[in-house]
Order: sequence, then structure tokens, then C-alpha cells
Amino acid sequence: MIAPPKPDLVTVNIDGKEIAVPKGTNAIEAARLVGVDVPYYCYHPKLTIVGNCRMCLIEIGMPAVDPATKAPIMDPATGKQKINWIPRPQIGCATNASPGLHIRTQTPQIKDCREGVMEFLLVNHPLDCPICDQAGECKLQEQSTGYGRGYSRYIEQKNVKPKRTQLGPRVMLDDERCILCSRCIRFSKEIAKDDVLGFIDRGSYSTLTCYPGKKLENNYSLNTVDICPVGALTSTDFRFKMRVWFLKQTNSIDTESSVGANTVVWSREGQIYRITPRQNDGVNDTWMADSGRELYKQVKADTRLVSTTLDGRAAPLDAALKAAADLLAAGSVAVVGSGRSSVEEQFLTKKLAAALKAPAYLVSRVGEGDQLLISADKNPNIRGALVTGLIATLPAAKLAELAAHIDAGRIKTVVSVGEDLAVAGLTAAQLAKVAVVYLGTHANATSAAARVVIPTLTVFEKGGTFVNQQFRLQKFAKAVPGPAGATDDLAVLAKLAKVAATDLASVWTLLAAEVPALGTMSFANIPDTGLLLDATPFAGLPFVEGESLHYQPAAKVAATA
Amino acid sequence: MATGTPLERKPLTFAERTYVPQILSGLKTTWQHLVRPKETLEYPEQRPAIPPGYRGVPTLVKDPHGREKCVSCQLCEFVCPPKAIRITPGEIAPDAPTGHVEKAPKEFEIDMLRCIYCGMCQEVCPEEAIFLQNQFSMTGYTREEMVNNKARLYELGGTLPDDHFKWDKKLEAEKHGNAH
Repeated sequence: MIAPPKPDLVTVNIDGKEIAVPKGTNAIEAARLVGVDVPYYCYHPKLTIVGNCRMCLIEIGMPAVDPATKAPIMDPATGKQKINWIPRPQIGCATNASPGLHIRTQTPQIKDCREGVMEFLLVNHPLDCPICDQAGECKLQEQSTGYGRGYSRYIEQKNVKPKRTQLGPRVMLDDERCILCSRCIRFSKEIAKDDVLGFIDRGSYSTLTCYPGKKLENNYSLNTVDICPVGALTSTDFRFKMRVWFLKQTNSIDTESSVGANTVVWSREGQIYRITPRQNDGVNDTWMADSGRELYKQVKADTRLVSTTLDGRAAPLDAALKAAADLLAAGSVAVVGSGRSSVEEQFLTKKLAAALKAPAYLVSRVGEGDQLLISADKNPNIRGALVTGLIATLPAAKLAELAAHIDAGRIKTVVSVGEDLAVAGLTAAQLAKVAVVYLGTHANATSAAARVVIPTLTVFEKGGTFVNQQFRLQKFAKAVPGPAGATDDLAVLAKLAKVAATDLASVWTLLAAEVPALGTMSFANIPDTGLLLDATPFAGLPFVEGESLHYQPAAKVAATA
Repeated sequence: MATGTPLERKPLTFAERTYVPQILSGLKTTWQHLVRPKETLEYPEQRPAIPPGYRGVPTLVKDPHGREKCVSCQLCEFVCPPKAIRITPGEIAPDAPTGHVEKAPKEFEIDMLRCIYCGMCQEVCPEEAIFLQNQFSMTGYTREEMVNNKARLYELGGTLPDDHFKWDKKLEAEKHGNAH
């Protein structure tokens, strides 16, 4: 890869502290670097600057030079170069770092400005905090405490605007709470490329609404809820379910496609309430698709497998494992791994296949990509299977070879790690012909036909890693405990493969020892934003992904280079 | 180690050795109490007067118009030191008479085996919906009986006067509709 050009560093002075930042850095971001908080509402690092909330007002000045000679003018009092301060405050979000820029954020004028802006923003804001879902993560709450006047002088009647407006299937709008920052409008226009939102009317009657005949129903609509600094846009799914201050945040990965968007899972007492994106500038910025936010519903689904069964009857785990081991010992086994399993599970699946000298298969799922955060490959971890060596070529959607082997009687037992073999192209007759050992989370045709069913954990109930389309190794953590009756996939696979490593740490010791690409790593060392692996060994493979956010297919990169 | 000189015990006087003055002074106290007004109560038939500000069993109250005041903001659940409160938030149907309040508890439970009567819930409540009222005695035969559910909490709480009628004002403003 070509290294990006070295950024042009300039020195700016913020509240008396000097810092070198890349030229053009936003004043808010520069202030953040020296630990100075500049409050803002409408500014968002991933959206265009509009400067309509006026909360980030700062004083700026430049070193004085003589207009004629360009010689610095010195201040005799301090002996340093004089600073020409602009007498009126300027907005920080639209101020870019330039050499010698001076910024003051703590002067009485700025304090007054912030109090004034807060007062205007709160003029028509309802006293809804007790019933507002944003309470606890509301910028308006935080900044009125931090920078507001602390009392209200407004005795006139507040404007009444529509409440409970359904903007789309997943987003509810409360117009009274809106502070007209236009983040949602800019997001829809710039990121989702679905221009449906806009303001109507003037002044304090300005109201956010959809264009006539349009709805906010694109697959990225819930990002507007995330970036709304107040409680104007709320998610219909999460609305009134739980206050955010009760929720525990766990870092996770979106499993709906090979993009591997970074997420945060919010749970309380073993129940997941919502999934939101986590910032990773190399993968998903601060966005994620709506479809990925609903995946937590699989945890409590009615079809969830919660009891180990042997020949259709509930059985203790030990008995099921023994029966499975006997079936495997009999030989003529095939192993069907999964592109949805974590790297660790795929590694143990490979160990299992190697121990049994059995062929290993994978099933591909190819769908439509949306060129943003959903790729064509619906398996989150096909590249993990390549890295661990479970497979050497890309899998097909149907298990034709396995089906042929079964028809010919060469395969008598199939171990499926979470793959529904019926969907993967095996007929009911073929399934009936073999003994199936099924490790999975939800009931399906394969679990119904299986001799041994061992319930396992969903991605929210275990830790592990995925390798996304960029060959970025990303880890996810356990958010909630698994249901009673389900066993950790790693423990089951380790038992079947007769490997001593049954937890993440010990599997990683093995991984580091046996997989050269992961040789220098341990699970604890993987940063939260992931680790890019060397993709060159797999450069020739025809990956199905098209272009998406922060990703270009290898063929395209080669063509443009 | 003990230091100093030990006290010398004085010999008893004649009157003290007869015990008679001591017995008489003791009987005087007894007789005084016979004629004084009673200090005790025939509990449970008689109940003490509860002073204002007493922190009894926490209850939920309704406003004088019969609207349930709790909006399930869950601040009491958050602030409760022994974690005695458990709220399941719910939504009010838009067409209900109090539809403009939008939010109300679906279930509200206070475990009186955990409650320490600290009154933090009453202090934190932004809607003045939870009050520690005068009831001081909670008994039951099972643990389940000692958990007050929403219906029981409203039964215990009844109606209290309201200084603000915040949501009624809000509804009025909505009807007045300060739109242009």
C-alpha cells in the first residue's frame, strides 16, 4: 500500500496551550486534543459543516504583522508577538487550524455566548426529560448543566409542535424536542444518499419533516436516531423500553455481512435492549445498517435450541458428546464448518476435520451489497476460514460434492457447525441417509433430522474474533450469558476434536503457534479497532464483495493503481 | 494498669440500714404514675399520631383528577440504595385521555423486604409521584406478599394534592396550539 502523505503540521494555541495539528484541523477537534471541551450540537466529524447551532462559539486571533513590511508586531508588555483578536466570537466548527492560530474558549464573552445560545435552544424545548428516551445521553441535558444559565427567564407560552410523528417504520419524531441542528438531514443526504428530510416553516416555527410522499425508511434510518443530539428522533424498537443509564455496553461486531461493522451491545441483566454502531474510522465510521440492529432478537427467539438431544430425545451433554464421539470414531465423516463461526471455532473445526481425516466444507451466502455497510458476502467470517486454513478456496452456495459423496455412500456421518444442511442443498433423503451431529443455536430442518443436537451460543453470548472483508481481525466480547442448556461452541468442538484448549485464551495459544498469520498475537492484544492481516496470500481468490465504505475490491485497486 | 487511690466506702447511716426511707421514696414514684395520664397505647386498636415528614411505606399517588402521576422515568429505581424498586416501563395509547403523557409504568414493584425507608425515591421523583406516607407496618407470610405491585402501591398511596398540574397545562397548551 502507498503510505499517505505526511500531514502538514501547524502549531495552534488553545487557551494558552500550544499543540501541533495537521493543517486544516477543525478547531473543535484541535481543542479536544489539548483536553479543552468546546460544546456543539450540529457539528459531526463525519458530516459536512453547517454551523447552525452556534454553540461552539470561540474567540480567535492571529499573530499581528505589519501590513506593509510583513514584520511581526511585538507586544512591549509581554515581549511576544501581538495577537490580533477578532472582536466578535466565531464558530469553532468552521474554524480550521492555520499557522499561529490562537483560540480562547474560557473568556467571559464566550461564557455569556454559550448561556445565551443555551437559553434560545431551551425556549421552546418541552420539559419532557422524565418521559424522554434520550435522557441520560442527551447533549442538551449535559450542556445546559455544563454551560447553561441554570434557570429560565421564559414566561411566555411555548410553541407546540407535533409529537409522535412516525417518520418511517423504525423512526419516531417528536418535533417539540428538535433543536434544528440538521444532522439527520445531512446524514440522509450525504451518507445514506436518500434525501427525504427537510425543514419547513420559519423561525421558531421551523419543523423537521419528510418531503411529501416520502418516508425515512432506508436501511440506515436509525443512524439519524444515534446522531440526534436530543430526543427528537427515537427508535420505535427501543422507545420506552429501558433507560440508558441501566444498560451495560459491550463491544461487538455486526454479523450480517463481511463488512464487520463495529457495534456496541446494550444489555441489562442478561437481556439485550439495543445495538448501536461503534466508531471505527477504518471500517464503518460511526454508522451501521438498521438490519444489523435487530439481530439481537435471535437471542430470545422461540426457535432457540436449549436442550441437548440424542435421537430426538433430551439427553445429558455427556451422553450426547459420547454418542457424537462414537459416530465420529466410526469413520466416513464429513465436517461442514461455517462462515458465521468465529476464527477460534473455525480453527477447532479444522483441528476436528484433521483429526478425523475428514473433508471440510463451507457454505457461501451471496446476496446484494448496498455499497455502504452491507457487502455481497453475507458470511461475516469467510476470510477467517481462509486464514486458519479450514478452507483453501472460496466455498460454493450448495454442498454438491458432499451430496454426491452421500449418494455414493462414502460419507456416513456429517458434523455441521451451525449450518442448515437442507438450505445448503442436501435433500431430506440425503439427510436421512447420514447421521448428523448438529451444533447450532436455532431449530431448523437439520436440527430436526440430526442424531445429536448440541445447542450452542449466539455471537452475543461468547467472545471471539472475525476477519472482515478487509482482512481486518476484529474481536467481539460476551454481552449476555447464554441460555441454560446451551454450551460454548469452543468447548464442544474441543471435546469432539480431543483438543485440550476449551477457552479463548488457550485456543489463542494454539492459534498463535499453528497459524503463521496470527503468530505474534494474543486475544488480549487485538485492539478494539481491529488488526489488519496480510491479505496477499489470498489475493488471487475471486471474492464476491463489491465496493463499500472504506473497502475496494482487490481487482479494482489493481485496475486503478 | 489501674492507678490512683481507691474510693473508701462510707458506712451506712441508721436510716439507711432500716431501708424504710428508700422503700417509701420508691412507692412515691409508683403512686405518682398511678394517677398520671397514660403514656402507652393499646396497639393495634389505638394508633399513634404520625408526625409530618414521617417516612413510612413508599406508595404511588394519583393527582386530584385521578391521573397516575408516575411516568416510569426509573430515576427511583436508579437511586434506590438497596435496589428494592423494579419498574417495567410502558407506553400510554395515543387515544387514551392521558395520551399526551405518552409514558406510564406497565408494572411497578417495591420489595418491602429490601426497602430501607430512606426516602431517596421520593426526593428524586421529578413528577412527585412516589411518597413515603404514614403507614409504618408491613407484614406478610411469604416473600411474594412483601412485594408491593403497582395496584397495591396505588391502593396504599391514594390521591394527594398537586401544586403544578404540569401535564394538564401541557394539554391545554396543545389545545391552544401556539402554532402560526
